[in-house]
Amino acid sequence: MSGLQRKDLLDIQSLTTEEILLICNSAKYFKSLFTRSIKTVPVLRGKTVCLLFYEPSTRTRISFELAAKRLSADLINIAVQTSSVVKGESLIDTVHTLEAYKADFIVMRHAASLAPHFLSRNIKSSVINAGDGNHAHPTQALLDVYSLMEIVGNIKGLHIGIVGDILHSRVARSDIEIFKRLGAKVSLIGPPTLVPDEFRMYGVDIYYEFDEILPKLDVINMLRIQRERQQGSFFPSIREYHKRFALTNERLKRCKKDVIVMHPGPINRGIEIDDEVADSSHSIINEQVTNGVAVRMAIFYLLAGGTPLDEKEVE
Amino acid sequence: MKLLIKYGRLIDPTTKTDEEFDILITDGKIAKIDKNIKKDDAQLINAKDCIVVPGLVDMHVHFREPGREDVETIIGGSRVAAKSGYTSVCTMPNTNPVIDNQALVRYIKKQAESGPINVYPVAAITKGSMGEELTEMGELVEGGAIAFSDDGKPVMNSTTMRRALEYSRMFNVPIITHAEDITLSGGGIMNEGNNSIFLGLKGIPREAEEIMIARDVLLTRLTKGRLHVAHVSSRGSLDIIAMAKRNTIQVTCETAPHYFSLTDDAIAEHLSMAKMNPPLRTEEDRKAIIEGLRNGLIEVIATDHAPHLPNEKMQEIAFAPFGIIGLETAVPLIITVLIKENGFSFIQAFEKVTTNPCKILGIDRGYIKEGAVADITVINPDKKIIVSEDFIISRCKNTPFMGRELFGMVEYTICNGEIVYPFS
Repeated sequence: MSGLQRKDLLDIQSLTTEEILLICNSAKYFKSLFTRSIKTVPVLRGKTVCLLFYEPSTRTRISFELAAKRLSADLINIAVQTSSVVKGESLIDTVHTLEAYKADFIVMRHAASLAPHFLSRNIKSSVINAGDGNHAHPTQALLDVYSLMEIVGNIKGLHIGIVGDILHSRVARSDIEIFKRLGAKVSLIGPPTLVPDEFRMYGVDIYYEFDEILPKLDVINMLRIQRERQQGSFFPSIREYHKRFALTNERLKRCKKDVIVMHPGPINRGIEIDDEVADSSHSIINEQVTNGVAVRMAIFYLLAGGTPLDEKEVE
Repeated sequence: MKLLIKYGRLIDPTTKTDEEFDILITDGKIAKIDKNIKKDDAQLINAKDCIVVPGLVDMHVHFREPGREDVETIIGGSRVAAKSGYTSVCTMPNTNPVIDNQALVRYIKKQAESGPINVYPVAAITKGSMGEELTEMGELVEGGAIAFSDDGKPVMNSTTMRRALEYSRMFNVPIITHAEDITLSGGGIMNEGNNSIFLGLKGIPREAEEIMIARDVLLTRLTKGRLHVAHVSSRGSLDIIAMAKRNTIQVTCETAPHYFSLTDDAIAEHLSMAKMNPPLRTEEDRKAIIEGLRNGLIEVIATDHAPHLPNEKMQEIAFAPFGIIGLETAVPLIITVLIKENGFSFIQAFEKVTTNPCKILGIDRGYIKEGAVADITVINPDKKIIVSEDFIISRCKNTPFMGRELFGMVEYTICNGEIVYPFS
């Protein structure tokens, strides 16, 4: 087997389990480069990576940018302001422009679900989904799995709780899929307005009482809660949300001793997670950021046809 | 001009005829229906292996004129309809401007005069379809409006809807409801359910449709008006309509071919090409729609033919407009899905596109009898077609059935005694 036998990376569903493990294994090698004084390798020399971001993003964009630069790729950065009402150039026209630039990779973030799927059908370049609407954020899910594997080795049997606005979260969907695929037990925690029953189709349990399930969790993945959801009547107030679903210092004390706390960022301190928790030894939030670069380097490498990296190369 | 249709199997749902007969047409009328009619000086139409049905009637199309003649026109749409076996269509009033005064109704009729088929305009219930003030319904009926609808939008205000159902009783025309509670469906893209959750697309719950049908049924009871429910898509809607009928409330309804042919599984594959309103539902709903057609609860199949230009549909699914074209795939889907896959008889299936819509709208067509207007369609039900860019003559190719192989080829469409398809 060599690399990923596919043009695009659009969602977790379309990846095989072998491909998921291949990406994680390769990420190990790329992470080992980070401690060197020269962190770049010539893997993508002469290749063009285009970052096409239709939605504001800091950490995902920088992570992809750094990954591409450390692989010596040429980089185009396009940030587009868009809404369904006021729009400039259509996506399909933008695509044709990018084809004219001969971009090898298009990394796209878009507020509309399935936009990268639509893009990938109409362009020869590799499309990497950097988050589409509420649908999928596969690179985040891959880096989450990689981060956990770094600590516990095997995800199988781990009980992972995902807390918060599951309904509007692409991270939650991709995480659920990848965690379940690798044999973890997944519980979703939040109010019924944000955790509809349909999520049970993934084979997960749903809890409306955080405190009920808290002591049983090996991993707690906290999602960012957006204040706008209050206007949509998904919950009555931040105050009540915090009281029932925030990972507070007090709640942390009732967790397993070696519980792992994750967050895809950016965090709302004092809203879904308390300061002390975010900065505690349980938190791997910053490590997730570092790993994000390594995982994205591995994805570029493998999509470009790179072969699995030998264990020796890791040393 | 004389036409003689020979060797065909005559299917007439009105007279419950299903037998081989020849049909002689003279001066736009059906002159004779008999066995072995002599050809003499008539032009022969060989209907061997074909069914001969009354010219089809589609009571729900969007021809985009006036306002979006770049997308479709009354003449262009009429040609597409003729090619699809239709001899009569009802155009929905959500054009620009909205068909809400007599001059506009007359304009549509005028435009259709040089076209191949009969066009019956539906006029708006409220001015500009804004849901507030009633249109001058009397004037509109005098101008040729055949029914009223604010299609594309619901009449959200219950009192306005009540008055529309009440006032229109004077004219004995149906109020066609676009049943959607927009406070519940707003911003939705596809059916709410497992697929919408999985794809992260905002859902439209069935209840948005069902709540409005329930309200309109109750307002019909209150007013003793006449209600026709457009594009029914959900099982729950049928339960409400069945309840209404048991209580002898005057309600009829239609569904569209896509609701008995597809489910919301189609979204992941076809993206915006499978985006319409109401949205494709689930297999449970699809089956209920088929059963509703079988047992007569659903009287009509209408296409909701909604052309959109390629560039309008070639967008992110959230931004693309709702709607698919339906005329050219209607007969093939009726034959393939209802007749071949679900064992409908020809009479059972074709009454939904002939007798029933004519009855609801008071159109004196849709049957094959001596002396009747000669609107006739000849279809080879066993001939395969492939839905392709070439097969679709409409400029707009927005259909989720692209590439599908189906049964049922329209061979001839005769309207007012003239062959309008194949095009001369």
